Amino acid sequence: MTPTTATGPAGHRARSALRWIAVHTTAVAAALFFVLPFVFVLLTSVMSDEQAMSGELWPHEWHWSNYAEVFRTPGFLTWWRNSLLYAGLGTLFTVCSSVPVAYALARFRFRGRRPAMMLVIATMMLPPQVIVIPMYLVWAQQLHLSGSLWPLIVPMAFGDAYAVFLLRQFLLTIPREYLESAKVDGCGELRTLVRIVVPMAKPGIAAVALFQFFFCWNDYFGPQIYAAQNPGAWTLSYGLESFKSAHSVDWNLTMAATLLVMAPVVLVFFFAQKAFVEGVTLTGVKG
Amino acid sequence: MATPLAHRPAPERRRGRTRERLRVLGFLSPWLIGFTVFFGYPLLATVYFSFMHYNQIQAPTFVGLRNWAYVLGRMPLFGPALWNTLWLVVVMVALRVVFGLGIGLLVTKVKTGAGFFRTAFYLPYLAPPVAATVAFVFLLNPGTGPVNEALGALGIPAPNWFNDPAWAKPSLVLLSLWGIGDLMVIFMAALLDVPKEQYEAAELDGAGALARFRYVTWPSITPIVTFAVVTGVVQTMQYYTQALVAGKLASGVSVGPGTVIQPGYPDGSTLTVPQLVYSLGFQNFDTGAACALSLVLFAIAMAVTSLLMRGRAGLLSAED
Repeated sequence: MTPTTATGPAGHRARSALRWIAVHTTAVAAALFFVLPFVFVLLTSVMSDEQAMSGELWPHEWHWSNYAEVFRTPGFLTWWRNSLLYAGLGTLFTVCSSVPVAYALARFRFRGRRPAMMLVIATMMLPPQVIVIPMYLVWAQQLHLSGSLWPLIVPMAFGDAYAVFLLRQFLLTIPREYLESAKVDGCGELRTLVRIVVPMAKPGIAAVALFQFFFCWNDYFGPQIYAAQNPGAWTLSYGLESFKSAHSVDWNLTMAATLLVMAPVVLVFFFAQKAFVEGVTLTGVKG
Repeated sequence: MATPLAHRPAPERRRGRTRERLRVLGFLSPWLIGFTVFFGYPLLATVYFSFMHYNQIQAPTFVGLRNWAYVLGRMPLFGPALWNTLWLVVVMVALRVVFGLGIGLLVTKVKTGAGFFRTAFYLPYLAPPVAATVAFVFLLNPGTGPVNEALGALGIPAPNWFNDPAWAKPSLVLLSLWGIGDLMVIFMAALLDVPKEQYEAAELDGAGALARFRYVTWPSITPIVTFAVVTGVVQTMQYYTQALVAGKLASGVSVGPGTVIQPGYPDGSTLTVPQLVYSLGFQNFDTGAACALSLVLFAIAMAVTSLLMRGRAGLLSAED
């Protein structure tokens, strides 16, 4: 950094110290806004039933057994299993179906490539409410599968616009020479994809997998449409609201359940932080 | 694709081209099927139903433009729902972009504990919307919530948040600002991409912090700002879960999901257009009106985004 002519080195040092203090004070204030809600939720989750109603901030006694009680609530384990099924299979299906599509859109030059890409983007912009009614009618009246997880999981096996878009952006960064030389070596396109492209695109695939896992885990609208009639098919995100309704006065149990719904997402994030942040940046920056 | 087959005799070349075409189709097939079945069909069916009277029990009957006239002209809740949705689009997107950019700037300036701050700012974004909403309804609860307790202790008059029609939407905005992590990361990446030399040159020219932001930072991040605005508008036009859950929980209705309640508590202030589509289609079983309304939503979303993207075609374009 170049000192300006008006102030000497001492003035400069004082100014940069002031700046350090200003920046870090602001950062601490901002951090409080982001972290305090978690802290309050955690503290309330271990309060006694009566204290959780009081608005007090610090627990008199620490009732960690609240968490065990949440798990004993009828249905909670079923919702847990359903969420894992939806998020796990949904992620697997999305990745397997979106990778070849993204590969084709990134690699092959064919007529209709541009319109195809525009259509992918158009599907990303469509509010889900626009197409949900006819889809619901098909699942409920023709296939008689509403009240199950099938209507949520099956569509994932047919590519997801967001995943295709992100993966394509990622695959475009792989130098063409790798693919051409694989071809010269007699590799078919499918083998090139599996043996060369997929290993090279691991960070992109990881990001897509994470996004999809979070999407499914967090999804409320889908389960509300298809699973509402059958509590056996509820997911955690959907069940949480009814949990609160059933325990209308038990804020402590509700906050414990809330943290339990958040926990897997936060855990997964800590193990795959880099891939995730890369994915967010990629979709944002490389348009 | 290069054409190494160009020198071969014509029939073989044609066979090669057919194979190439089949290969492209093969790779695209998951999406082609998905697009047809889960996008094309339902979109056409929605248009079809918008001209029908259909209660999901009796066969649909053709009613012409009656659903459209009802939705656009006589439906009592359409005006308020549209107003709420547009209010949220304008206020939420504007504040999210400003706040996200601010936090992004802050994070690039922090020297000590940068890892901690980044994680702290990012984590709320990961919270499932329902969980975050439940947490905020508790935190901002006028009677039992810690926030009003704290404000009271400081002698600050505390609002009724999700229970006051004037404060319900701002409370939702607060909730969405808490989950700013995605924008922070995008802005951070863009800010770190601004060439250092330009800052140094500006500083030598005697430019203050504000001038540096105006003439160096801003021009190089405008594409990202536009991206954030456009995706923000698309997302907020679909705003649903948080508004619905917050309204239901704050109203204190102790009934499970699936129960028919008037959405938009308090006083319709959190009723959004997507919620109205749901309640028309799945609670009133007025399929025709729900479909017409959902198409109105789609049309508004398309109009707003194409207006925003005009002159910025490169932003989300299909180009490499």
